[in-house]
Amino acid sequence: MKCPGATRTVLLTVLILFSAAAAASWNNPYPAADAEKNILYSAFRERPKTFDPARAYSSNEYQFIAQIYEPPFQYHYLKRPYTLVPLTATTVPVPVYLDKQGHRLPRNAPVARIAYSVYEIHIRPGIYFQPHPAFARDAAGKLLYHALGPGDLTTINAIGDFTQTGTREVTAADYVYEIKRLAHPKLHSPIQSLMNDYIVGLREYADTLKKAYDAIAGGREEGVYLDLAQYPLAGVEEVDRYTYRVKIKGKYPQFLYWMAMPFFAPMAPEADHFFSQPGMAEKNLTLDWYPVGSGAYMLTINNPNRQMVLERNPNYHEELYPAEGEPGDAPAGLLADTGKRLPFIDKVVFSLEKESIPYWNKFLQGYYDRSAVLAESFDQAIRFTGEGDTEVSDAMKQKGIQLLTSVQTSTYYLGFNMLDPLVGGYTERARKLRQAISVAIDFEEQISIFDNGRGIAAQGPLAPGIFGFREGRAGVNPYVYDWVDGKPQRKSVEYARRLLAEAGYPGGVDPATGRPLMINFETPATGPERKAQLDWMRKQLQKLDIQLVIRATDYNRFQEKMRKGDAQLYDWGWNADYPDPENFLFLLYGPNKKVGHDGENASNYDNPEFNRLFERMKNMDNTSERQAIIDQMVDIARRDAPWVWGVHPKQFILQHDWLFNTKPGQMANNTLKYTRLDPKKRAAQRAAWNRPVIWPLAVALAVFVAGAVPAVVSYRRRESGRRR
Amino acid sequence: MIAYIIRRLLYAIPILIGVNLLTFALFFFVNSPDDMARVHLGGKRVTPEAIEKWKEDRGYNKPLLYNAAGDSGAKLTDTIFFKHSLRLFALEFGRSDNGRNIGYDIRQRMWPSLAIALPIFIVGILVHITFAMLLAFFRGSYLDTAGVVLCVVMMSVSALFYVIGGQYLVSMLLRLVPVSGYDVGMDAVKFLALPVLVGVVSGIGASTRLYRTLFLEEIGKDYVRTARAKGLSELRVLFRHVLKNAMIPIPTGVVVVIPLLFTGSLIMESFFGIPGLGSYTIDAINSQDFAIVRAMVFLGSVLYILGLILTDITYTLVDPRVRLS
Repeated sequence: MKCPGATRTVLLTVLILFSAAAAASWNNPYPAADAEKNILYSAFRERPKTFDPARAYSSNEYQFIAQIYEPPFQYHYLKRPYTLVPLTATTVPVPVYLDKQGHRLPRNAPVARIAYSVYEIHIRPGIYFQPHPAFARDAAGKLLYHALGPGDLTTINAIGDFTQTGTREVTAADYVYEIKRLAHPKLHSPIQSLMNDYIVGLREYADTLKKAYDAIAGGREEGVYLDLAQYPLAGVEEVDRYTYRVKIKGKYPQFLYWMAMPFFAPMAPEADHFFSQPGMAEKNLTLDWYPVGSGAYMLTINNPNRQMVLERNPNYHEELYPAEGEPGDAPAGLLADTGKRLPFIDKVVFSLEKESIPYWNKFLQGYYDRSAVLAESFDQAIRFTGEGDTEVSDAMKQKGIQLLTSVQTSTYYLGFNMLDPLVGGYTERARKLRQAISVAIDFEEQISIFDNGRGIAAQGPLAPGIFGFREGRAGVNPYVYDWVDGKPQRKSVEYARRLLAEAGYPGGVDPATGRPLMINFETPATGPERKAQLDWMRKQLQKLDIQLVIRATDYNRFQEKMRKGDAQLYDWGWNADYPDPENFLFLLYGPNKKVGHDGENASNYDNPEFNRLFERMKNMDNTSERQAIIDQMVDIARRDAPWVWGVHPKQFILQHDWLFNTKPGQMANNTLKYTRLDPKKRAAQRAAWNRPVIWPLAVALAVFVAGAVPAVVSYRRRESGRRR
Repeated sequence: MIAYIIRRLLYAIPILIGVNLLTFALFFFVNSPDDMARVHLGGKRVTPEAIEKWKEDRGYNKPLLYNAAGDSGAKLTDTIFFKHSLRLFALEFGRSDNGRNIGYDIRQRMWPSLAIALPIFIVGILVHITFAMLLAFFRGSYLDTAGVVLCVVMMSVSALFYVIGGQYLVSMLLRLVPVSGYDVGMDAVKFLALPVLVGVVSGIGASTRLYRTLFLEEIGKDYVRTARAKGLSELRVLFRHVLKNAMIPIPTGVVVVIPLLFTGSLIMESFFGIPGLGSYTIDAINSQDFAIVRAMVFLGSVLYILGLILTDITYTLVDPRVRLS
């Protein structure tokens, strides 16, 4: 049988298409050549604002810079409760306490006598900055790119366009330089005001720098370099090449936690000077966008509109995978890489993925290695066991997807404005009203309905994993829960109604007006997706016949109302900066009130006994004495009920089985270096999951042709009819 | 015609000042400089001193429109409006409130926007006109009725449905192209295929109905009857005569959008991960970056005015009876 030329061509094309389909994944968003490379694929949802370690303070910024900048300390990757360990320092220092005259005090000196604490930090020699043009030198040893003229940047659009790079050893002076940058007049470091209260001389230093900057700038807005080395800071001192000292006011043990954040990572003055040159900012070449660190990774592609790429820092110092962790870590395989050199992964590609649905789809195809559990895909991904635990669904199990969960060191709560004449105040009437509302709002139900079980009902201000948090019966809030059959059970609505009646509002009626109590609820939750939750809130108070008036507004207006104390009930949340109870309990500390003080105590709660205990507790080491004080404070707060203790959210992470060493944690951000992956397994799985399906195209073509034939026939019939 | 264009360009100046003023007023009615500072400085530990310093650095510590404390001219010039908005007329977009060069970002992001918008525009016009012609040809038949019903159904479906459905069908079930992403050069083709397909298909309903109506209006005219009487085939009548004359109203809707192709599409770019200008403005509004908002609104206005001028010029090209004066 003869095969006509056209038919042969079509058959050949189809054959080629099918063979190509069998050979490759057409939907692979990455270059085929990278399929078996040791690359982790992740995403970012919104463009980070800055990568400058003196300014960055949000999680989407830390996702990147925590891998690049290395502060002297870090959190142990596996141990819980969170433990500080040295990163670039040789040890975690024990502060030296001094009195007002500068005399050394014993370790157990009373807090009142301690005028200063001095931290002396020894850093490890042999740590080098990443390769960077800011360090490039010519044959004579002169910095190559530090005197750029107007034409030198013509062909430069990204940092990779500089042909030469260099490096140098990290020294104590670089740490001192970065601390000084916290007071730089143009940087607006978010922790400057806090550090002004602690680092000796920082407040005055900011004034000095402002004057110096204005004098140097002379009205110029760009190309101004302020050499901070010329301006000494009283509280920070370089002792020798590898040692520096920080002197802070009073006793402030939490200072060490701050020193585990990128705010205190080393900054090379060369890098600062390099980016300060005229013309750099015009091309977005600034420290805001091009970090220069000594960490495990360096940012090699920075296109915040599309993709960011971290690559292994070839100069990274020796750091080994930890050898100890929690009891369950070894069985979970988290100690399998003990003693191996970090990092494991060569490159991390972050792609801009603004919408969650494409992200989820690509995760299922194997093109992202990890994913959070989205609300819209929850039922597809997770199922509840008979015991109420969660596990991945059968479909996910078949793909080898694993679920990792952990309770976050965060709290979401409903707050009462303690300045409000109805719900505020410290009378028994007001307390009982707040307690009644606390009982009526069933957060277990909210977690079940709206959060798919991703959270635990809070018993007080402290989140799990924080010193002072108590598990089990000892940790239950007795004003809202009973301990029944070994677990907390929310008190009944009848009990809440009784409390309400004792508060002077029987049946939820205000005797002064004879009408039902009406409480305004301020919330920044706007939009149709939150309506159901707000309706649910209304129903919770209806249990007590109290009318809840929802006053949803944008976040700016919401904050303004909070600052003015123009609220009765509101909802808000807090993510811990560091794992210390002070970082939660200060949200209820009187002098930290929102109204008049612009602090973080949005409820304006001001109980003198609580304040007194807070002042004692905040500077204590984690001892049983501190635990006892915290217990007292928590009990006072529970009784006063300035918050309806809400929810500590649970983090759900899904990951493919080619990924290893993932341990969810809330404090450490520099965790990429511990992650290991099996790229060969991933490539095989991706190929198996993503074979193109072509036959529907052929069917569609056939349908099109089948539809076209009658149309052509009809056309011809019409034409011939017209001719006749 | 040149005089006409110059006149129209001069008319544009007060319009642009008005747009600028409106953007400024709307933005600052909703957000005070204090709000902007709070958003930029982050949610935690923001002190009043830090807010004041942030505003001072960016010139937001001045009065909005009128500086009563200033000297004569400075009463108007030493204001936020003057300092931040009027430089736009020299196409100096300045820096975003978090320090990035806006002009640089616009130049970077307009190409991906164009890469997706231009094929949708061109392929879309060809496909939509062809479908409309087919329906016009089979007017009054079951095919026409079925086509119109299908168009109504298609135009009733949300654009988001096309995007999510397209991703599910083409990328998840058939696995023919990536779900989302972007690359440059020829590698961009695999990323652009699906958004272009979705863009074209989602526009079929509305555009086909519009063009069909225009064609049917023309088909009933005398010159068409004359063409048929000459013995021309129906296809020739439609493509040589009807299409040419139906083109006159088409530029109204088509040419005006050409300059706006630069500004991209929010939904398409967000869902397909295209790093274009579509999401730039929305991101700026969310992060309360007034510098970007004013620059993008200004750019959008300039492009719209250009589009209108281009439309006028196109009229003279497609209809020799039209003269610009």
